[in-house]
Amino acid sequence: MNFNRRLFLGTGVAAATTLAAPNVFAAGHGKPRVVVVGGGAGGATAARYIAKDSKGAIDVTLIEPSRMYYTCFFSNLYLGGIKTIDDLGHSYGTMAAGGVNVVHDWAVGVDRDAKTVSLAGGGSVTYDKLILSPGIDFVDGAVEGWDLSSQNAMPHAYKGGSQTELLKSQIAAMPQGGTFAMVAPPNPYRCPPGPYERVSMVAHYLKANNPTAKIIVADPKPKFSKQGLFQEGWANHYDGMIDWIGDDFGGGNVSVDPDAMTVTIDGDVTKVDVCNVIPAMKAGRIAELAGVTDGNWAPVNAADMSTKADADVYVLGDASQQGDMPKSGFSANSQAKVCANAVRGALTGSKVFPAKFSNTCWSLIDTNDGVKVGATYEATDEKISKVDGFISQTGETAEMRKATYEESEGWYAGITADMFG
Amino acid sequence: MRSHFQLVLALVASLAASAGWSETLGDPVKGAKVFKKCQSCHQVGEGAKNRVGPHLNGIFGSKAGSDPTAKYSKGLIRAGDDGLVWTHETLDAFIENPKALVSKTRMSFRGIKGADDRLDLLAYLRGFSDEPSNIPEAEPTAQGNYHNLDPAILAIVGDSEYGEYLASECMTCHQTSGANDGIPGINGWPTEDFVVAMHAYKQKLRPHPVMQMMAGRLSDEEIAALAAYFKDLE
Repeated sequence: MNFNRRLFLGTGVAAATTLAAPNVFAAGHGKPRVVVVGGGAGGATAARYIAKDSKGAIDVTLIEPSRMYYTCFFSNLYLGGIKTIDDLGHSYGTMAAGGVNVVHDWAVGVDRDAKTVSLAGGGSVTYDKLILSPGIDFVDGAVEGWDLSSQNAMPHAYKGGSQTELLKSQIAAMPQGGTFAMVAPPNPYRCPPGPYERVSMVAHYLKANNPTAKIIVADPKPKFSKQGLFQEGWANHYDGMIDWIGDDFGGGNVSVDPDAMTVTIDGDVTKVDVCNVIPAMKAGRIAELAGVTDGNWAPVNAADMSTKADADVYVLGDASQQGDMPKSGFSANSQAKVCANAVRGALTGSKVFPAKFSNTCWSLIDTNDGVKVGATYEATDEKISKVDGFISQTGETAEMRKATYEESEGWYAGITADMFG
Repeated sequence: MRSHFQLVLALVASLAASAGWSETLGDPVKGAKVFKKCQSCHQVGEGAKNRVGPHLNGIFGSKAGSDPTAKYSKGLIRAGDDGLVWTHETLDAFIENPKALVSKTRMSFRGIKGADDRLDLLAYLRGFSDEPSNIPEAEPTAQGNYHNLDPAILAIVGDSEYGEYLASECMTCHQTSGANDGIPGINGWPTEDFVVAMHAYKQKLRPHPVMQMMAGRLSDEEIAALAAYFKDLE
């Protein structure tokens, strides 16, 4: 029954948009213009899909400061020595062939009345529809003793690229029997299983290279994503190496001293060799500058990812506050396709189909020991709402875990091809 | 014993290659009649139990002699330990002449000599195993689409434009290039295979949890739309 209703709604939307003459929304100039800020899993996907599906009818500009995109997803596998940094890098050179103009610059402001985005290098670009996919920034003062100026001494490594490489080199330089500390973030944050996959991959590296080293995790949360699976895996593969201190044991009462390289957990001071501080997160700054955030995130409408603040400004991925989906590359990619379909429909009168979302997060615990969690979602009036889901089980066979890992590699190849062509 | 078994397997493999069985489709309705020859010892379908011989649900893809509640000869158990898995090719060889494939098997049956009868029988049995159609992730054991789908579902003509939009969700994992690493390519699937496979996931007959979830919320029209889109994708 449900699908009939949704199908009917979809057809209704399609009929409504077909009535509007194409291109009427291109305010006073030739082709309608879409500007996308941020070339990650949300932005790159949206830009490519709009350009591809409109077949040149929409002018698509992607504003992205980097020449190469280093994925945050799979970066833990680089820390574990299973992937190289080159495996994670993807060039924007392929975007032009997909019909996307790429401007390598920082977007530093949005004038929503004039419909322009100003650039750090000077000048501005105009838009009919603006898609912001800026990822995350960190909340000031979230971890006592840490601010962005401490990110070399105590890396977050929660944006792909140089921070990931820095953390890797610090782990490699640890003395035998040294201590790796992580300050885990509070909800909501990018990639819920990410910190715990990272702990697994750091343990994987240390087990081979520094087997007497210790890992301590200070966590402000009483529980975390895939906890049963991770803790089973830690006991099986890294027995005695990992000490996870949840909120029940003072894990949330934490401060750091980047000069002294100490971590204080519930009053206990520990000298550490590496400290990975992953602070509380908020939407990437451009969303705030555009005035579409409310608190730390940008509230959006589930049907098309348009912001509650402005129907011509959309926010995708981690920066959005959409409902039940986790903040992940998979989610951003999924939201981008719904958004691209809606934006194209609004600008050219093409058919708009009902929103469907999905997400799967794979995590690697040790070589060939992969686990996953996933769900499907639909748009309701209030939010993106979960429909159905699954999670890997404890005690699965080695063959199934290996197949799950191989599947995650297939997904990595799939999503990066989907983003960059 | 072991070398003899391996020789037979090699023979089976070369026969399979030369005969081009994967191109030939059996008729499951005729196969149901052929199965009467087997019924005195084997059951198949809902509620099937082990009798003189093991029940045959889920036989495709299973290791020979692997049901702990069934009675097997030592020869069959050893063949399983040596790597005998029931595929279309191995089952065909076994049914043609049981003792040629597994010496001293308890299956005292002279075999079915007619190749067409065996094809029909296997098409029938195939419907009681997890993967009822020929898909890239499975061994190429499936011969035809024996299934319980309402013909009205198969008759739905999909809207390929809607399919293209829905397919964008598939493309996060299944690559448009049709590449096949870790996750199979699904470009160019025949419509019926696609529809049967998706409904098998939806009914949780096929085992993969991600696909059960993805297919589980697709309507019959949406599955038809996806099938219409992927059929022509190269």
